[in-house]
Amino acid sequence: MSMRTRRSVRAGQYVALLCYLVFLAFPFLWLISTAFKPAPELGSLHPTWIPQHPTLDNFRQAFDEQPLLRAAANSLIAALSAGLIAVLIATPMAYVMARHRTRLATAATGWVVVSQAFPFVLLIIPLFLVLKNLHLINTLWGLIMVYVVWALPFALWMLVGYVRAVPAELEEAAAVDGAGRLRTLVSVTAPLLAPGIVATALFAFITAWNEFFFALVLLKTPEKQTLPVVLTHFLGAEGASDLGPLAAAAFLATLPSLVLFAVIQRRITGGMLAGAVKN
Amino acid sequence: MRSGRHGPPGKRTGGRPDQGVGTWFLILPALLPILVLSVGPLLYGIALAFTDAQSGRTRATQWTGTLNFQDLLHDGLFWESFRIGLVWAVGVTVPQFVLALGLALLLNENLRMRWLARALAIIPWAMPEVVVGIMWRLVYNPDAGILNETIRDLGLGDGRDWLTGLATALPAVIVVGVWSGMPQTTVALLAGLQNTPHELHEAAALDGAGAWRRFRTVTWPAIRPVALSITALNFIWNFNSFALVYVLTNGGPGGRTRLPMLFAYEEAFRYGQFGYAAAMGCVMVAVISVILAVYLAGRLRGGEDR
Repeated sequence: MSMRTRRSVRAGQYVALLCYLVFLAFPFLWLISTAFKPAPELGSLHPTWIPQHPTLDNFRQAFDEQPLLRAAANSLIAALSAGLIAVLIATPMAYVMARHRTRLATAATGWVVVSQAFPFVLLIIPLFLVLKNLHLINTLWGLIMVYVVWALPFALWMLVGYVRAVPAELEEAAAVDGAGRLRTLVSVTAPLLAPGIVATALFAFITAWNEFFFALVLLKTPEKQTLPVVLTHFLGAEGASDLGPLAAAAFLATLPSLVLFAVIQRRITGGMLAGAVKN
Repeated sequence: MRSGRHGPPGKRTGGRPDQGVGTWFLILPALLPILVLSVGPLLYGIALAFTDAQSGRTRATQWTGTLNFQDLLHDGLFWESFRIGLVWAVGVTVPQFVLALGLALLLNENLRMRWLARALAIIPWAMPEVVVGIMWRLVYNPDAGILNETIRDLGLGDGRDWLTGLATALPAVIVVGVWSGMPQTTVALLAGLQNTPHELHEAAALDGAGAWRRFRTVTWPAIRPVALSITALNFIWNFNSFALVYVLTNGGPGGRTRLPMLFAYEEAFRYGQFGYAAAMGCVMVAVISVILAVYLAGRLRGGEDR
């Protein structure tokens, strides 16, 4: 390839990359811009990228209009519990799935794939009826139960990849040295697995924090609802939404998962791919 | 089950005590919730499809056989929403794949702004779907949105009411679907690319193969299994999606963006027709199973990686 064509290929690549950057970034920048605009600018027919008179009024108004703190607390409780419980019960099973090629492990892997294909409506109607009989509708506990099960397939998927990354020889060496099975698990496997377990828990946290459909169906009253559901209350009747507070609340609701995701991004993609590519 | 006691032969040299009881003890905490809250409800849901179950009724639920399915067969609105679901799923999945492949190829090159693209690609992935929907409503807003303002600035007219226009609503939500799902696909494809041995590329280049030939003979075969899996999963996820369109248009205008999930949700939780909505879910599963079967067959043919 001549120097000249190589250079023009490079230039083309940079132009393409720039287009991607703009496409990925512009809606988010617009959300931020809208969140900081005072009411008159939001009503203007010629909106600008940079707020002319930036203000925090929208944030204040957002908290006044909807129980955002309460909703954030609900989301936090649901997502934290779901993340913790999910890894607590998934890790042992993932260990078995990774170390023993048993029929159960095969079935579980198959179920992980199939469960990705459920239309949730087929799951939510019976769950709704069951939770109703248990008087768990409109409670966070009902939602947490659903989130745990819903997070399990992916948690197993990721954890199996992490367990496989821990060499079985290490465990066997410990066994040869006379360590019992439990001892081996606790003192050899667990420390090596810990970062993967944390990443899985955080990922389950993020998906639960972001989840909407189950929360919409299972939580009825505003004081029980999670953040994504409460956000939709800002939309109001068609076209009647209050843009400023809507943008402000939406922006705030994104921050936790965005920050967490940035922190564990490499591990998530690594774990996901360990499951997806090797399987 | 015998499996717990019989690990793979040759793996037991360390004398690991594989007692069945111990294994079950490890599996049960996850298996029980799965069976009780996932497999069980799924079967229950399928059973409901053959009943006249409704919410808030005093009379007992009765078996009605295939009546719900017969009704579905004649429910023009459902099939219309099914058609919209397919258009949406294809309309999102295909551009998503093409754009993601392009981005993955770019990120695989040694470019300067790579880190920024990687960082930005996190945003659509980490955002709650509800927020993605709200964000794009702000973009599409006819007066205060940036899209129409840009169109006005470029002198291309006054812009439109994108999300409420009969002709523009579905394309408008499809764009959002593409945007929100692109990162996952990009990451998966990028991993496939990074597994491609670099020497193969160089050898092909030395042999005088052009960029397209190199892509076809070296890159594509290497990423084909990943590409196939992610495309099939994307199709399924997209076909089943709910939150994004619920927030963007809630199925409007005039049902033009009413995806099957939105239809089933309304039927179940607005009109209380649990049995009928469950039947819709069954039909959706049936169609998806066919697609999943095709995907698995393709994977079995394409990859010896198991």
